[in-house]
Amino acid sequence: MKTLVWVEHDNAAVKDATLHTVTAAAKLGDVHLLVAGAGCAAVAEAAAQIAGVAKVHLADDAAYAHALAENVAPLIVGLMADHDAFLAPATTTGKNVAPRVAALLDVMQVSDILSVEGEKTFTRPIYAGNAIATVESSDAKLVITVRTTAFDKAEATGGSASLEAVAGAGDAGLSSFVGAEIATSERPELTSAKVIVSGGRALKDAETFEATILPLADKLGAAVGASRAAVDAGYVPNDYQVGQTGKIVAPEVYIAVGISGAIQHLAGMKDSKTIIAINKDEDAPIFQVADIGLVADLFDAVPELTGKL
Amino acid sequence: MKILVPVKRVIDYNVKPRVKADGTGVDLANVKMSMNPFDEIAVEEALKIKEAGSAEEVVAVSVGPAKAADTLRTAMAMGADRAILVQTDEEVEPLAVAKILKAIVAEENPGLVILGKQAIDDDSNQTGQMLAALLGRPQGTFASKVVIEGDAVAVTREVDGGLETVKLALPAIVTTDLRLNEPRYASLPNIIKAKKKPLDTKSPADYGVDIAPRLKTLTVAEPPVRSAGIKVESVDALVAKLKELGVA
Ligand SMILES: Cc1cc2nc3c(=O)[nH]c(=O)nc-3n(C[C@H](O)[C@H](O)[C@H](O)COP(=O)(O)OP(=O)(O)OC[C@H]3O[C@@H](n4cnc5c(N)ncnc54)[C@H](O)[C@@H]3O)c2cc1C
Ligand SMILES: Nc1ncnc2c1ncn2[C@@H]1O[C@H](COP(=O)(O)O)[C@@H](O)[C@H]1O
Repeated sequence: MKTLVWVEHDNAAVKDATLHTVTAAAKLGDVHLLVAGAGCAAVAEAAAQIAGVAKVHLADDAAYAHALAENVAPLIVGLMADHDAFLAPATTTGKNVAPRVAALLDVMQVSDILSVEGEKTFTRPIYAGNAIATVESSDAKLVITVRTTAFDKAEATGGSASLEAVAGAGDAGLSSFVGAEIATSERPELTSAKVIVSGGRALKDAETFEATILPLADKLGAAVGASRAAVDAGYVPNDYQVGQTGKIVAPEVYIAVGISGAIQHLAGMKDSKTIIAINKDEDAPIFQVADIGLVADLFDAVPELTGKL
Repeated sequence: MKILVPVKRVIDYNVKPRVKADGTGVDLANVKMSMNPFDEIAVEEALKIKEAGSAEEVVAVSVGPAKAADTLRTAMAMGADRAILVQTDEEVEPLAVAKILKAIVAEENPGLVILGKQAIDDDSNQTGQMLAALLGRPQGTFASKVVIEGDAVAVTREVDGGLETVKLALPAIVTTDLRLNEPRYASLPNIIKAKKKPLDTKSPADYGVDIAPRLKTLTVAEPPVRSAGIKVESVDALVAKLKELGVA
C-alpha cells in the first residue's frame, strides 16, 4: 500500500504531530509525504530526513500558505490517484482538511485512529473514549486521521527521501485567510510536553489562574492546560482546553488542579502515564483515575508545593 | 437568506455510556437522549443571525429515528421556523448524512448551513467538511465567531495555536465550537408553539441516497480502565512522589 501523509508545519519547521502520523502510516505501507505551503522548501528538506519516508511531494504556492481546506483538498485528491491511503494527524488542521478530501474521494473517513489492526481495520474511540470501536473500511481508498498520542514519533532524521515538486490548481477562490492570533510561548507545547499542569473552574479568574498555576508549571518545566470551564470563563485562551473536544494529551505526568474530572475532560488526558489530582472534594471523580491524589484547598497546597520544589 | 441547521439526537452528555456486554455497541436502551450540544450552539447562532436581520428563516434537519422528531421540536422551541426529519432506523454515517444534506441544500438553497463541529457519540468531526466538499462550497470549521459581511462571512476558528479568521464566499458551511455562544433555553410557551410548527418527514430514499455503511463495526469494547491510585496526606508527601517520578 502507498500512503500519503499530510505534513503539519508552519512553513518553517515540521511539527511533531507529523512524526506520530508517519509511524501510523508505516504500519500500512510505503510512506510518502505532502508538504503544502508557501516558501516551505526548508520544511520539505527536513521532512525528507524523517526515517522511513520514501518520497516527499512539495507543493509550494501562496494559495497553500494557510492550509485552507478549499485549496489543499483538490491538491490532495489529485495525488490520491497514485496513493491508497491519506493520513493526517487529528489536529485542527487535519480535522479540517481530511474529511473534505474523503468526501471528494467518496470515502468514509476513519477518524482519530488508536491502532492499525490490519490493512483496513483500525480501532478508534467513540463516546468520549468511553468505548473503543474496531472498524473495517470497505472503501477502495482510505482517509484517516491519527490520534498522535497513540503512536510513537518516527525518528526525525536518518531518512533520505526523494523530493518532487507538485503543482495543484492553487486558489479555489472560495475562501481567504484574514488573520490569526497565535500565542507564542516559551513553554513546551501541550501535545508534546512531558509534564502538564492543568487548572479548572476553581481557579476563579485569569489573574488567579496565572498567579497560582504558572509558577508551579515554571518549576516543573511544564506546559499549561485547562478544563473547558476555565476556558469558557476566560481564565486562559481556547487552545489550552484538554478534553474530548479540545486537545488530547498523554504526558508522563498530568497534574489536575481544581478540576472535577467530567468524562469530557478525562477523554483528553486519561492516557497520561501518571495522573496527579489536587482537589478539595475527596469524592471528585478525578480521584477515580488519579494515581496520586491530594485532598486539599488548592490555594494552600499549590503555593506550598511550588515553594518546596 | 435561509439558514439550515442539521441537529443530531445523541446520548445526553451527562450520561456515562456503557458498552453492551455482547460487544456490539453502546447501550442506549432507557438512556436519556438530547440534542448534540454543538448543534444547540448551531441553532442558537442561526437564530442570532436571523434576529440581527441577516436571515429570514431557520430550518432544522435531522437524520435519524422517529424519536429524532423530539430533537427537531427542541430546535423549533428554541426558535427554528420549521423542520425536516429524514427518518431511518439505520445508523447513518457522516458521508451519507452529508449526501442527504446536499440534496436538501439543493431544494432549500440556504445561504448558510451551520452544523456542530462534532457529534458526541461517534466523535467523527466530519459531516460539515464533507457537505462543503460535496457542494463545492467553503467551510469555516470550529467557529468561535461568525460575522455576515454582505455576500461573505468572516469566521473566527478555534485552532491548535489559538484563533484564526477566514473569509468565506456565501453560500458557506460553518461548524460550531464551544465558545461561539450560549444556547438559549426554550420557554414553556415556545415549547407549546413548537408543537404547531411544520415538520416534514422524509426518507433517505426520497433523496436518492444510499446509506449503506462503508465502515463495518467489528466490535465495541470497554477502554482499558485506570484504577484509582493512592492519596497522599500532605504536600511534602506529594513533593516526594514528584521526586520519585523524576520531574522535580
Ligand atoms: C459538548 C461538550 C464538550 C465538552 N468538552 C470538554 C473538553 O474538551 N474538556 C473539558 O475539560 N470539559 C469539556 N466539557 C465540559 C465538562 O462537561 C465539564 O463541565 C468541565 O470539564 C468542568 O470543568 P472543571 O472541572 O474545571 O469545573 P467543575 O466541574 O466546576 O469542577 C471544579 C472542581 O474544583 C474543585 N475545587 C473548587 N474549589 C477548590 C479549591 N479551593 N481547592 C481545590 N479544589 C477546588 C471542586 O471540588 C470541583 O471538583 C464539555 C462539555 C460538553 C457539553
Ligand atoms: N444524523 C444526523 N442528523 C442531523 N445532523 C447530523 C447528523 N449526523 C451529524 N450531523 C451534523 O454534523 C455534525 C458533526 O457530526 P459528526 O461528523 O458525526 O461528528 C453534528 O454536530 C450535526 O450538526
